[in-house]
Order: sequence, then C-alpha cells, then structure tokens
Amino acid sequence: MAENHRAIVKLREKFADSILDVKEFRGEVTVTVGKEKIVAICTFLRDSLKYNLLSDVTAVDYMGSDPRFMMVYNLYSIPNKDRLRVKAPVEESDATVDTVSTVWSTANWLEREVFDLFGITFIGHPDLRRILLTDDWVGHPLRKDYPLQGPDREPYQGRLS
Amino acid sequence: MGVNQPLGDNVKLTTLDSLVNWARKSSIWPMTFGLACCAIEMMATGAAKHDLDRFGIIFRASPRQSDCIIIAGTVTKKMLPIIQTVYEQMPEPKWVIAMGACACSGGIFDTYSVIQGIDEGLPVDVYIPGCPPRPEALLFGLMKLQDKIAKERNSFGSTLGLGDRLPPATV
Repeated sequence: MAENHRAIVKLREKFADSILDVKEFRGEVTVTVGKEKIVAICTFLRDSLKYNLLSDVTAVDYMGSDPRFMMVYNLYSIPNKDRLRVKAPVEESDATVDTVSTVWSTANWLEREVFDLFGITFIGHPDLRRILLTDDWVGHPLRKDYPLQGPDREPYQGRLS
Repeated sequence: MGVNQPLGDNVKLTTLDSLVNWARKSSIWPMTFGLACCAIEMMATGAAKHDLDRFGIIFRASPRQSDCIIIAGTVTKKMLPIIQTVYEQMPEPKWVIAMGACACSGGIFDTYSVIQGIDEGLPVDVYIPGCPPRPEALLFGLMKLQDKIAKERNSFGSTLGLGDRLPPATV
C-alpha cells in the first residue's frame, strides 16, 4: 500500500539510496531517510509534491539502540489534503541535523524545542537557543537518561508507608 | 442621675494594634495573579455568586496596590523569579496564600521543571489544599488569613518605625 503512495513513488525515483524504510500504519505513511539528504528531500517534498505545511518537528530517544535518536517531521499538503511523516536517524556521537528552517520557516521554533529538550544541534539554524527552559539550564530533559525529578533531587522511590 | 454620659454609646475602647489589624483584615487587596486552573476557581470566587467584595477583598491589577498574593496554580522553575519579583514589588505589610495542591507541594507535578511548593521561594501564611480548591475553600482560607492578621502584634508601632510587626503569639 505504502509503496503506491504518490510521495513514496517520487522519492524512490529521485532519492533511491537515501530511503531507509517505508511503513504504513492505519493509513499513515512514514518514510525513514538518511539525515544527510534531509534538506534536499524536504525541499523536494515542498516544491514538487506540495507538502507546504510542516505540522510538527520532534524527536524520539531510543536509548540503548543505535542510532539513538530519530528526528520526526510531520508534513501536510494543504492542496492535496495528504499527510506524510518523514523520519531521520541521528547518532548520539554526532547529534546534529541540517536545519529545515530554510524550507519551512515554522521549523525555526520547532527545532529550537528539539534542541532544548533533546540536545540535537541543527546546523545552519539562524537562532539556536533554548525556547522552553531557562537559558542557564543544564541537560536535556526529554532524554531518557535525564532524571524525572531533576538532577538535584532524590528520585521517587515509591510510597514509604 | 449623677453620672453624666454626654457621648452615650458612641465610645469604643480598643488598642491601636487592634484598630490597625481590623482595618487591614477588612481590606485585603490581593494581586491579580493566576497561574493555572486554580486561577479559574479564584475568578469564580471573585465573581457574583461568591462575591469576594463583601469581605473588602478587591483584586488589584498592580503589585504596588496589593497586600496579598494568592499563588493560584503550578509554579515552574522558570516562573518562580517572576513571582518573586512581583512579591518584592508589593509594599509591606504583605501576605501569601498558597492555593491548591501545586502551590502547596508541587501536586501531581513531581518533575524537574516544577517548584515543589511555593514555600521554597516565598513565606506562605495560609495553605489551601484541593485540586483545585472550591471557592468555599478559598473563602475559608482568606478568612483564616483574616484571623491571622487580627492577631498580629505591634501592627501600629511597626508603621511608626518602632520595632517589627510580630506574628500571632503561639500558645
């Protein structure tokens, strides 16, 4: 099913060696691509396939597996009323991705959020600062190895009674 | 006959402290400051049905005109310095009410980003439990604060620079 998706066919033609995986679950198509080509792929998706709305940029921490992080871009095509999810694996040792804020300007703040909470650096981002936490914050709280109660407190051990 | 009472019943003997305390407790002006869902209950308490105005409690839009701050909601680490600035802008005497589970103890938000009780940053006078407290609970808390203000000592002298305002004597 997913192989017949309009965007997947076009992507296979143009970026064959960058496509790592294609999945469909309950009508939602997800394509995993190499992070090196992310800007070229996103520009192609926006210009040729009319994915003109970037709904969300986020990341997942698969701690313990390699690569550790996965960037997630949720796209929507307003003229075609069609959704596409693009994922890109990111190594922990090289936690950097090229910014797509040049493709969709809304990625500016969304990538700042990912930088703030996951510590993934976006190369070429115009204003990469923390957006939710304070500027002097140490660490990235949505990483799985960040203690839930914060580094300066004892972790919750369950009820004592 | 014999004893002349030209003033009739129009004399009441009291202390200056009691007079000042009575004036203060009857005109608590809280800062208009809401943080989360507790602020909705605070607004409901101020609105027509529960009507805080009948206690002389009138929300003010400036900390310079306020003598009470109701911490109505979750205090994040990012928000705490802002709350402390607002508190410091309020003129003495001033009181703090921690409204709801979050302001009292952090509530359900036992996480890295939330202050585990506003008493880590401000001197709290009254704690009101609840999630969120009903307007009746907030009214009860405000009346507890009134009771506390009524028992304060050296209220008058401290305004003249004679010593400090003292909390109610604990017996």
